[in-house]
Amino acid sequence: MRLAEAWRVAVDALRANRLRSVLTMLGVVIGVAAVVALVAIGTGTKQQIEQQVEGLGSNLLIVVPGRLEAGAAPTASTMTLDDVDAVTRVVGDRSRVAVTIQSGETVRAGSRSSFASMQGVLETTPTVFVRRLDRGSYFSRSDVSTGRRVAVLGAAVARQLFGERDPIGRQITVGGVRFRVTGTFEQLGQSLGVDRDSEVHIPVTAAQRLLGTDRIDGLAIRAPDRERIDALGAAVVAALAERHPDTDFSAVTQEQILGVLGDILGVLTGVLAAIAGISLLVGGVGVSNIMLVSVRERTREIGLRKAVGARPRDIGVQFLLEAVLLTTIGGLLGMALGISAALLVDRLSPVPAAITWWSLTLAFGVSATVGIVFGVVPAQRAGRLDPVVALRTE
Amino acid sequence: MTAPPAIVATDVRRVYELDGVSVAALRGVSLTVQPGDYLAIVGTSGSGKSTLMHLLGGLDRPTGGTLLIGGRDVATLTPAEMSRLRNETIGFVFQSFHLLSRTTARDNVALPLVYRGVGRRERRARATAMLERVGLGHRVDHRPNQMSGGEQQRVAIARALVTGPSVLLADEPTGNLDTTTGQSVLALLESLNADGVAVVLVTHDREVADRARRQIVMRDGVIVTTAPPPPVDAEAR
Ligand SMILES: Nc1ncnc2c1ncn2[C@@H]1O[C@H](COP(=O)(O)OP(=O)(O)OP(=O)(O)O)[C@@H](O)[C@H]1O
Ligand SMILES: [Mg+2]
Repeated sequence: MRLAEAWRVAVDALRANRLRSVLTMLGVVIGVAAVVALVAIGTGTKQQIEQQVEGLGSNLLIVVPGRLEAGAAPTASTMTLDDVDAVTRVVGDRSRVAVTIQSGETVRAGSRSSFASMQGVLETTPTVFVRRLDRGSYFSRSDVSTGRRVAVLGAAVARQLFGERDPIGRQITVGGVRFRVTGTFEQLGQSLGVDRDSEVHIPVTAAQRLLGTDRIDGLAIRAPDRERIDALGAAVVAALAERHPDTDFSAVTQEQILGVLGDILGVLTGVLAAIAGISLLVGGVGVSNIMLVSVRERTREIGLRKAVGARPRDIGVQFLLEAVLLTTIGGLLGMALGISAALLVDRLSPVPAAITWWSLTLAFGVSATVGIVFGVVPAQRAGRLDPVVALRTE
Repeated sequence: MTAPPAIVATDVRRVYELDGVSVAALRGVSLTVQPGDYLAIVGTSGSGKSTLMHLLGGLDRPTGGTLLIGGRDVATLTPAEMSRLRNETIGFVFQSFHLLSRTTARDNVALPLVYRGVGRRERRARATAMLERVGLGHRVDHRPNQMSGGEQQRVAIARALVTGPSVLLADEPTGNLDTTTGQSVLALLESLNADGVAVVLVTHDREVADRARRQIVMRDGVIVTTAPPPPVDAEAR
């Protein structure tokens, strides 16, 4: 009964000062909306990256020169195809080893041209990574050993150079050198910020001749199973270290990449949420402020209520309810706004967003808590007012 | 009368501390309010009448002496218990009405019942009945700013009575009203007194005071005379 009255009075008070209530809520609305939207974007980005890394294929081991740790400068590769042979002996299966040497090159067909990421690779690339062909075929082991000038085009490159025509068997130039197209890749889209449809694959030997080098940038190995992946990585690194005593090599797994990326994104999301949380805090201070004003304005009413029998607690609950009502309504509006913002970003920009139940529950819980925390001081002050003094105020 | 006294004040003192200066508003007042009493308190401005009324109504506590309201020593009560005591035994009528402005007459009258835990339906029924009793049956849904001063004061009296208190305290209930309106409010208080409610009122008006069964004159925080009014006057009305 008393609670019902407290509720009615609180709703009444908010209604009587509509504009003021809305403005006070705004701080909470913005804070909650920011938390919800930013957490959604952080979560969505993380999920997308995880999918992409997993989409590379399972049990992958990527070997690069240099140490893999935060702050380490990237090291120029000294690896050659002879090193790849040594690694292949360690792995025991050539079809599990892929290499790459990469360079940005202009690709032409007739009058059309496209800027592409040229990848010099082994014939094993489609089996080590998950790469499906749309048309034609990939090059063979003998194409690699003879350095034949054949190329497989990414979907975007193929479209730019040939439109709807079939590119198979046609001539193109890569960096001014003539190649024959043997196949095209299926459309892949972006991965880790790289447009993978703009790739052009050619035999690594042909690429080395084109670039005038005998180096390769890095190699990747598909381990037969998850259990052997770490031992294999260590053996490969050891074999390379023997051949290059003055260079460090690192072998990283997908899990490690995911872990590092996850950590970075987690910290980023946390920082963003904390900044948003600060605005929620500022909103809470605003609520506290308005509640003190409300108590002052209604001092005579408080005195009268106490004179006719309201206990300190009845008055306190009434004002606390008013504060919590302010922040929870603000919290609900903020959630709606945050969800809308996240959905809008997801739809209209390449940034993905994923709304999670825990972030909504948290946002609502936090806004109610803000109301309690920032309402308790004004409420106590109201509850303790002396009835005679309160009735005397103007 | 064999019933226990409603209020017993013994050598009650009230000292206000104001910026380090002590103001003794009451300097030893002893007073008993019996059930069904009709008592008028008069005295010069600043003599301590309102201070005394606040103490008798349990709105304030004495700084010295003992005060029993409904047999309970207020010095032993917590603020919450004081609230309950006010709610159950006292009805208070203020000079400036103190009605909630955004609230209808009925809900104003029902307010004390909220804090007694009475349900909404019963609250409204009892408030309506009380408004009819004070002659405002046709004004239940009006707000204070839609009523005259006399009507507002009658709403305030209905609010003071809705809980069925044994004592009605009125601090200058007619002070803000014209003579005729004041008379009707006074008549209402007297009819309540006839029903057995003890009435204590503060007034500056000799005529009003003379209608009471007992009179107390205060000066400088003490009672200077306690006297019944001239019997002829009382009977004449
Ligand atoms: N809250 C307070 N703080 C300090 N002094 C006070 C306070 N309330 C009353 N007083 C002082 O106590 C004395 C008695 O005041 P009180 O209001 O009881 O007088 P009163 O008899 O009701 O006067 P009036 O007829 O003008 O209403 C006065 O001197 C007044 O200044
Ligand atoms: Mg006074």
